[in-house]
Amino acid sequence: MSDTIKQVVMPKWGLSMKEGKITKWLVSEGATVSVGDELTEVETEKIASAVEATDAGVVRRILGEVDTIYPVKTLLAIIADASVPDSEIDAFLASYVPPAVEEDEEVVDIYSTVTLPVGEIRYAKYGSGDKTLIFIHGFGGDCDNWLFNTSGLADQFSIYALDLPGHGRSVKGFNDASLSGMADVILSFMDALSIDSANLIGHSMGGAISMKTAIKAPKRVKSVTAFGTAGLGADINIDYINGFIGSDSRREIKPFLEELFFDAGLVSRQMIDDILKYKRLDHVPESLRELADTVFKGGKQSENLIDAFKATGIPMTAIHGADDKIIPAAHSEAAKSFAKVEILAGTGHMAQMEKSKEANALIAAQAK
Amino acid sequence: MARNLSMKDAINEALDLEMRRDPTVIIMGEDIAGGAGAQGEEDAWGGVLGVTKGLIGKYGANRVMDTPLSESAYIGAAVGAAACGLRPVAELMFLDFMGVCFDQIFNQAAKFKYMFGGKAQTPVVIRGMVGGGFRAAAQHSQMLTPLFTHIPGLKVVCPSNAYDAKGLLIQSIRDNDPVIFCEHKNLYASMADVPAESYTIPFGEAAIPREGKHVTIVAYGLMVHRALEAAETLSKEKIDVEVVDLRTLSPIDLDTIIESVEKTGHLVAVDEANPRCSIAADVIASVTEHAFKALKSAPKAITAPHTPVPFTPVLEDLYIPSAERIADAVRKQLK
Amino acid sequence: MSNNPFPLPKEKLLEAYTKMKTIREFEERLHVEFAKGDIPGFVHLYAGEEASGTGIMMHLEDKDRIASTHRGHGHCIAKGVEVEGMMAEIYGKVTGSCRGKGGSMHIADLSKGMMGANGILGAGAPLICGAALASKFRGDGGVGITFFGDGASNQGTVLESMNLAAVWNLPVIFVVENNGYAESTSIDYAVAVDSYIDRAAGFGIPGVTVDGTDFFAVYEAAGEIIKRAREGGGPAFLECKMVRFFGHFEGDAQTYRAKGENEENRANKDCLKIFRSKVAGAGVISEAEMNKIDDEVLARIEASVQKAKKDPLPTAKDLLTDVYVSY
Repeated sequence: MSDTIKQVVMPKWGLSMKEGKITKWLVSEGATVSVGDELTEVETEKIASAVEATDAGVVRRILGEVDTIYPVKTLLAIIADASVPDSEIDAFLASYVPPAVEEDEEVVDIYSTVTLPVGEIRYAKYGSGDKTLIFIHGFGGDCDNWLFNTSGLADQFSIYALDLPGHGRSVKGFNDASLSGMADVILSFMDALSIDSANLIGHSMGGAISMKTAIKAPKRVKSVTAFGTAGLGADINIDYINGFIGSDSRREIKPFLEELFFDAGLVSRQMIDDILKYKRLDHVPESLRELADTVFKGGKQSENLIDAFKATGIPMTAIHGADDKIIPAAHSEAAKSFAKVEILAGTGHMAQMEKSKEANALIAAQAK
Repeated sequence: MARNLSMKDAINEALDLEMRRDPTVIIMGEDIAGGAGAQGEEDAWGGVLGVTKGLIGKYGANRVMDTPLSESAYIGAAVGAAACGLRPVAELMFLDFMGVCFDQIFNQAAKFKYMFGGKAQTPVVIRGMVGGGFRAAAQHSQMLTPLFTHIPGLKVVCPSNAYDAKGLLIQSIRDNDPVIFCEHKNLYASMADVPAESYTIPFGEAAIPREGKHVTIVAYGLMVHRALEAAETLSKEKIDVEVVDLRTLSPIDLDTIIESVEKTGHLVAVDEANPRCSIAADVIASVTEHAFKALKSAPKAITAPHTPVPFTPVLEDLYIPSAERIADAVRKQLK
Repeated sequence: MSNNPFPLPKEKLLEAYTKMKTIREFEERLHVEFAKGDIPGFVHLYAGEEASGTGIMMHLEDKDRIASTHRGHGHCIAKGVEVEGMMAEIYGKVTGSCRGKGGSMHIADLSKGMMGANGILGAGAPLICGAALASKFRGDGGVGITFFGDGASNQGTVLESMNLAAVWNLPVIFVVENNGYAESTSIDYAVAVDSYIDRAAGFGIPGVTVDGTDFFAVYEAAGEIIKRAREGGGPAFLECKMVRFFGHFEGDAQTYRAKGENEENRANKDCLKIFRSKVAGAGVISEAEMNKIDDEVLARIEASVQKAKKDPLPTAKDLLTDVYVSY
């Protein structure tokens, strides 16, 4: 392949992604783009996102058509310097051999289970590296909430993302349905996998669990990176929590899920279906209710961890969407005295998904 | 953990989990264990295609009951036992055999609650094979779903994949009304990601296995796969098809169908049943009634012809709606 | 009652008489009321057959279940269903046992073990196998009784159920109430065997035939086979030979009967008269005691008719309740 001709291909966001659908081109042929510019919107079964330019130059050809589904690695566009003659591009395309389609070669199963005192816990393991990251999802979430982050960081770190008890494919029940009980689960998870210490990355309730883990065992937590985190104030959108627990149909749950994002259009049918699949497992609504009744007792967060966490001296980055409708961004701002705080404009409660690039950079910076 | 499971195994697992959870769940049917009273092995068959294999070993002959070849008697007994506090799941090997026991289903089970002024409940599930493609000819291949759907008091389920089969069967067993659970024999081997845990799928909620903007195809059972195949072909022609999988025929999720047609303006309803008074006809009638103004073209039904199911493969393959017929119908609508 | 020659103590005899008399008056009154045109649909009357249902039902408790026939009023009353709700049901009132949605042919009360009168001949037999299976499964000692006429005795459901009950050793009693007519067709024409005992034997089930106009004959025969079934001895077959005082349905001119047949039945095969003469003759219950019961029963039936006539009808909203799916 010519060094001067750069390919834009259907990306692979997360290990389960096999194909994506182009919903809109954001550039036209002839446009000059810089690295990081958004080229096209792609929708996968998990989420919609933009494909960014990894090379600078002129968009010479747009090959991917709108409303068409392409396998990952499919050539979607050509970027080249304005000086490259059209004939060279034509020649490249004429001799272009599409990459072999990966026949469902049994993708190395990234999911495993481990039996802890609380019961069976599912987790995903990605990448390798000297430093270990443990990703802890929020209320009602699961380890796949981090797909954009784990796939973006796997080349630098050893990554674990687990399903908390009551969540995902882990045991549906708790020994202790509280932040402290959840912190115990994280510590027993680390024990079981011989992880001496790790950088914890938490979202929402998972951020509070990360902080609580650090408070309980400061030597085992190198840093905390928290997105839209709980534990820094009293407010919680309890209508969301109750709506999430109580909804059992697409129509009911959709408006609640839309509150999670700045752009409600990110709530795809597949996302709703996946959440309903989880919520329809036996004992899930009861488990969520039990947890909410402790952690969000009386419609307020039951624990403020600022003072105790501050005392540990463990470094923390708090990232919050300015438009978070679940936990207000003001909570993270209150952590400025001890944490690096990033408030992201045009971002909702799912900052790690909505702004995955920034999120990954912040995670890497904090963990390094 | 999720595993890749066949629809046959998913059905077996649903029965297993519910029998473990609820001691009033019993299953009965012809040869569901097999070899009853014979000298050879217990559980010789585990159902004619092995769907119930292994259950007698776990739950014993008191809960996994082989029956005489006597559908009226044992289907009626299942209905009677349901009215008296058990939750029987009766297998009617081929749902075509409904012909010899229909009274117990449509005049008895379906009527009790209403006819007795709400004072009875009949939590019975009657499950069995439907559909063609097995070269099993006219009496073992029918899609009789419209017959069942016509009867008030019955709920009718016809899953298209292993995940749905497990969740819908568990829902059927826990439901307090009689449910006819239609298993397409050509889907028993189809694989899907199925959680090991128990879960339910509520009745009356269609799935959308493929989203699209240009045309809505409504289907259920095996026809969902034919519709998806057609959608794949059409995507190469820049036709963006939405496929609605009904999952349950009674109740039916009209809201999702109408929402989709309001988006696309075109409707193709696919049904392996015969055309008159079919599910496809019903869907088209309902959409025409409730969303006439959304339609940009005349809705089209793709069904089996108004004939019995033929035996010889060349004819049976013509009988069962093909992806090509579906795709053609879509192309014509968009012309 | 040291000199009571009967297998029941006096209070039980009074109870049995009360039930039979209640059935008789219920049906006689319906015969009159139906002719007035106030009762919708059609009714099939059990008058003349009271000793059968009552003789059997005196052995039963609420946990025992029965499946009845289109001619089900008597079975309902004998099983303990309240006559007021039944009467209101027959008049199509919202206060009826089935809120006016079942009518004469579908009265049920599962709390009393009454699984329903049934408009489909022979349909109760498989259902009662299921009820008996549930009892056997729970080990509660309950039995199931399915009633059918000589007509429905030819239904495949009955024959299949006899085999199933035998194969599964279910506590089921198959009771053929043989009044000689399947609607208008004589048993001599429509039932191939001379004896139901032979037919039962073909299924490996013991059978017994009794004079269904004699309460005590029914009571004793039923007691034995019900006890056997309760103890795990399996199904049995009981034939009660009896007479039907009225036609198949109200309005049946009964031209198929021999001349004088109904008069002969009323005169010599009236199970109530036979009962009265036996208990009075033995000096166990006096005529005066039974006359007093007659008056009470008449008053109750009268009150139930008056109440049923006054009770409210269901409204349009009731049309769509009690059904699993509405569109």
